[in-house]
Amino acid sequence: MANDSRPLSPHLQIYRWQITMTLSILHRVTGFGLGLGALLVTWWLMAAAQGEERFNTFQAFAHSPIGKLMIFGWVWSFVFHFLNGIRHLVWDTGRGFTIKQAANSAWFVLILSVVGALVIWCAARGGV
Amino acid sequence: MTEEKKSAYTHTQPTIRTPLGAARGLGSAKEGAHHWWMQRVSAIALVPLSLYWLSYLPHLTSSNYADFLGWIGAPATAIVAILFVIASFYHAALGIQVIIEDYIISEGLKIATLLLNKFTFFALAAACIFSIAYISFTHGHMTP
Repeated sequence: MANDSRPLSPHLQIYRWQITMTLSILHRVTGFGLGLGALLVTWWLMAAAQGEERFNTFQAFAHSPIGKLMIFGWVWSFVFHFLNGIRHLVWDTGRGFTIKQAANSAWFVLILSVVGALVIWCAARGGV
Repeated sequence: MTEEKKSAYTHTQPTIRTPLGAARGLGSAKEGAHHWWMQRVSAIALVPLSLYWLSYLPHLTSSNYADFLGWIGAPATAIVAILFVIASFYHAALGIQVIIEDYIISEGLKIATLLLNKFTFFALAAACIFSIAYISFTHGHMTP
């Protein structure tokens, strides 16, 4: 399949940093992270089905410092991927494509994702 | 690229192959818009399915075993949870497929990783759905 005579497209290192490319990269990174989060969700639900002892083992992990850090990262990733996903769905309708609109929506999504993750984290503190 | 496809693609020789015929089998995914479309379909489904959990955060994160079982096993919660697992794990499998297609160049390793990706998410989804159903049939309250 490889054909060495075909041109290579320039990669990341030649471009000036832009907020839009940051969100594009973050969308993929958070999406991959959320995919790994499927393992956590599966562990959690299976533990609940397997009995109180397994459920408590999961809860102990969820309340440990590393567990909290992972779950907070996962909550932020979810909120970010959710909001940026809606930004992508709006683009799919052909709207919001000017450079100014794309940059503004990027900052909006980024800031709202941090605020949203903190609000959800605090609202759930009764449990976690 | 095979010689036959190359000549059809560049139109250097007379051919009766259509441009569509020449394009088939090319591209990283070897297929058309189905993947792209299903990614959107699952994304749209996930908007309401994700928002559903916001009003139930204290239940969702409850450390009390009996309370958690009663809540997740209740019919409405269990059904939304199963739908969420199907839509989100399918969406994840589609998304990670693109990452694999983008970064893994070796054809053999790519196919192996694509299969592993699909099998893993289907297995995880089966485990989640079975767990939710098991809890629901053994511990679920009939409300809400």
